[in-house]
Amino acid sequence: MAPLAPRSGDAVFANIERVNAELFTLTYGAIVRQLLTDLEEVEEVNKQLDQMGYNIGIRLIDEFLAKSNVSRCVDFKETAEVIAKVGFKMFLGVTASVTNWDADGTTCSLVLEDNPLVDFVELPDTCQGLYYCNILSGVVRGALEMVSMKTEVTWVRDMLRGDDTYELRVKLLKQVPEEYPYKDDE
Amino acid sequence: MQFFGGSGASGAELISPSAPPSSSTPAGGNKAKMMYVFNRNGICLLYREWDRPLKTLNPQQDHKLMFGLLFSLKSFTAKMDPTTIEKGNLGVPQLPGQGCSFHSFRTNTYKLSFMESPSGIKIILVTHPKIGDLREALKYIYSIYVEYVVKNPLYTPGTPIRCELFNTTLDQYVKNLV
Repeated sequence: MAPLAPRSGDAVFANIERVNAELFTLTYGAIVRQLLTDLEEVEEVNKQLDQMGYNIGIRLIDEFLAKSNVSRCVDFKETAEVIAKVGFKMFLGVTASVTNWDADGTTCSLVLEDNPLVDFVELPDTCQGLYYCNILSGVVRGALEMVSMKTEVTWVRDMLRGDDTYELRVKLLKQVPEEYPYKDDE
Repeated sequence: MQFFGGSGASGAELISPSAPPSSSTPAGGNKAKMMYVFNRNGICLLYREWDRPLKTLNPQQDHKLMFGLLFSLKSFTAKMDPTTIEKGNLGVPQLPGQGCSFHSFRTNTYKLSFMESPSGIKIILVTHPKIGDLREALKYIYSIYVEYVVKNPLYTPGTPIRCELFNTTLDQYVKNLV
């Protein structure tokens, strides 16, 4: 049998190389700030952050798999748990909880109590439509796509917009089976 | 939280977990013949050759044949699995990670060791038949790939690997496999 997936990312987190949390938060802030200046439209910034996250996610998945010893992700429920407990811990140093499953088990929420990206952040009136942490939804979407799960990831609660917590809604659109990639006549 | 791969560290120290014991014994020497890395779409990201006296096909055919061999072998092994109930029909595409998976086979002239990550990266190492279990070694090669390829900002995912540092680290590691 495959080795069991780790239940928590603490061990990996302890061994991984880390950067100062404030440096990280401020660097991310500088990126968002620059995007706002460059793109002007808040909606465009949301899109760009999501795309940046996606590009990170499709690479990050390999590092995650190599370091966490997770050897399979078939079951969406289990995968969501692993992302929340191991993935977030490994790369952000916090854990999320998985809640609000819908009846057929294809949609769930990742709730973040603590979000290191948003320390020192206040949204000014001009940026009310901004999903400041949209990079995270992109990362989750990109990483899941690499393990053949097409998902849609959206923010439903955001403390910067006055909610009480951060909540990411992850919806599984479909799982892509592995097909033989070459055509017969080649 | 982690940011960039590593700063000053070089070579094997950079990679965690550390390399499984593979340091050369006097009788060791190069037992590896060649290695392939494929992604899920059947693109050969890397082909590396150390000791291959005979070539009968052009590289492209060779890569395709290797990928096809693994692909079929995987569906056959899953189909023959006596312990799992839901197996689906032979040839029907499986979800990645579904079904059992094989990790090596041996003939009288060579041994092929195989590892697949859930993200679809397949690492194939062909060696001398008299070699131990290489599962840990393949995992280590996967972590070399993560450090030197995936974290290389100039590398575009899904394209053939051209990273000198990866090749040298790999050569060095593979040379000492026992």
